[in-house]
Amino acid sequence: MNINLTLIGQIITFAIFVAFCMKFVWPHLLGAMQEREKKIADGLDAANRAARDLELAQKEAAGKLREAKEQAAEIIEQANKRANQIVDDAKETARTEGERIVAAAQGEIEQEANRAKEALRKQVSELAVAGAAKILGKSVDASAHDELLNTLAEEL
Amino acid sequence: MAGNSQEYISHHLTNLTYGKLPAGYVRQNEDGSTVELTEATWTMAHGGEEAAAMGFNAVHVDSLGWSFGLGALIMFLFWRMAKKASTGVPSGMLNFVEMIVEFIDNTVKESFHGRSKIVAPLALTIFTWVFMMNFMDLIPVDVLPAIFGAMGVGYMKVVPSTDVNVTLGMALFVFALMIFYSIKIKGIGGFVGELTLHPFNVKNPVVQALFIPVNFFLESIALIAKPISLGLRLFGNMYAGEMIFILIALMFSAGAALGLMAGVLQWAWAVFHILVITLQAFIFMMLTIVYLSMAHEDH
Repeated sequence: MNINLTLIGQIITFAIFVAFCMKFVWPHLLGAMQEREKKIADGLDAANRAARDLELAQKEAAGKLREAKEQAAEIIEQANKRANQIVDDAKETARTEGERIVAAAQGEIEQEANRAKEALRKQVSELAVAGAAKILGKSVDASAHDELLNTLAEEL
Repeated sequence: MAGNSQEYISHHLTNLTYGKLPAGYVRQNEDGSTVELTEATWTMAHGGEEAAAMGFNAVHVDSLGWSFGLGALIMFLFWRMAKKASTGVPSGMLNFVEMIVEFIDNTVKESFHGRSKIVAPLALTIFTWVFMMNFMDLIPVDVLPAIFGAMGVGYMKVVPSTDVNVTLGMALFVFALMIFYSIKIKGIGGFVGELTLHPFNVKNPVVQALFIPVNFFLESIALIAKPISLGLRLFGNMYAGEMIFILIALMFSAGAALGLMAGVLQWAWAVFHILVITLQAFIFMMLTIVYLSMAHEDH
C-alpha cells in the first residue's frame, strides 16, 4: 500500500511500452488492415464491373443472334419467292410453247384438210366430166367446157 | 485460527520489496535475535514492517516484474502479429489481434476528434496491458505464491493492478500526457486561461481578477482529480476483487462443507470477475482517451 519507487518504475515501463506500440505495432497492424480493406473494396468493384460487362456482352450476343435469325428468315423468304417465280415462269413458258405447238398442229391440219378438199374437188370435177362425157356420148371438149367445169368444181 | 487467518491475509497483501533500510533500524532475524543496522542498507525486506520502514526508497519487485513481464508478453505478441500482418487473408491469432485493433481504432475515432499519433497506440497499450495485469486475478490466489515460496521467495503478489503504485503510475503518465498536450495545443496562455477563467467568467476585469483564485482552486481540483480517480478506480476494483478471492480461499481450510461452498463461490466470483477485469481495462482506456481528447480541445 505504500507509495514508493515502484511508481516511478511503472511510469518508465509504461512509457517504454507506449513508445514501442506507437513505433512497431500500431502503424503496421492498422496499415496492413487499411490496405487490405482497400484491396477488398477494389476486388469487389472489379467483380461488379465484370458482372456488368458480362451482362452487356450477353445482351449484345442476344441481339446479334436475333439479327442473324432475321436475316436468315429474310433470305429464305427471298429464295422461296424466287423459286415460285421460276416455277411460274416455267409454267408460262410451257403453256405458251404448248399453245404454239397446238396452233401449229391445227394450221397443219387445216392445210392438210384444204389440200385434201382441193384434191377431192379436182377428182369430183374430173369424175363429173367423165360422167357427163359418158352421158353425152362423146367426149366433152375439155377446153370448150373448161370454164363451166371450173365453176362447177368451185361450187363443190 | 484467527491469528492464522490474519497472517494468511496479510501475507497475501505484502509485496516482495527491495529497498533501503535506514540507519539505526533494528532488524529481527528468524531465530529471534536482533541486528541493528549501522548504516542505510539496500536489501530485500523481510516482511511488511521492514517494507514500511523503507519508505519511498523501495521497489515492489513482484508488481514491477509481473507488470513488465505481462506488458512485454502482450507487446511481443502484438509485435509478432504486426510483422505477420499483410494484405492477404488473416488467420488464427492475427484475426484476434486485428479484431482488438479495430475495436480500439473505432473507440478512439468515436471519442477523440483531434489528430494524434499517440492516442490510439496508447489506448491499445492500456487496454491490453491492464487486461493482462487484471487477468492475473483469475489465477487461484495461492498457486503462484506457493510456487515462488517453494523457490525460496517469501512474498509474491501476482496482480500488479492491485498495487496502488502501478495504477497511479499509469494514471500519472496519462496525466503528464494531458498536461503536455494541453500546453502544446493551447499554449501556456491557453492552458493557464483554462485553469483560471472558468467556471466563473465575467466581462468586468476587476471582478474577474477576484474570481481568478476561486477558479484556479476549482479547476486545479478538477484537473488533479482526473489522474487520482483514474488510478484509484482501477486499484480499488482490483484490490477488492483480490481481497474477496483471498477470503474465499480462506474458506477452503475450514472443513469439507465450507470448502465445497468456497469452490462454488470461487467459481462464481471468477466468472463475474471476467467481466470486471475487462470492464476496468476498458474504463481505464476510455477515460484516457476522453481526458486526452479534452486536452486537445481548444476553446
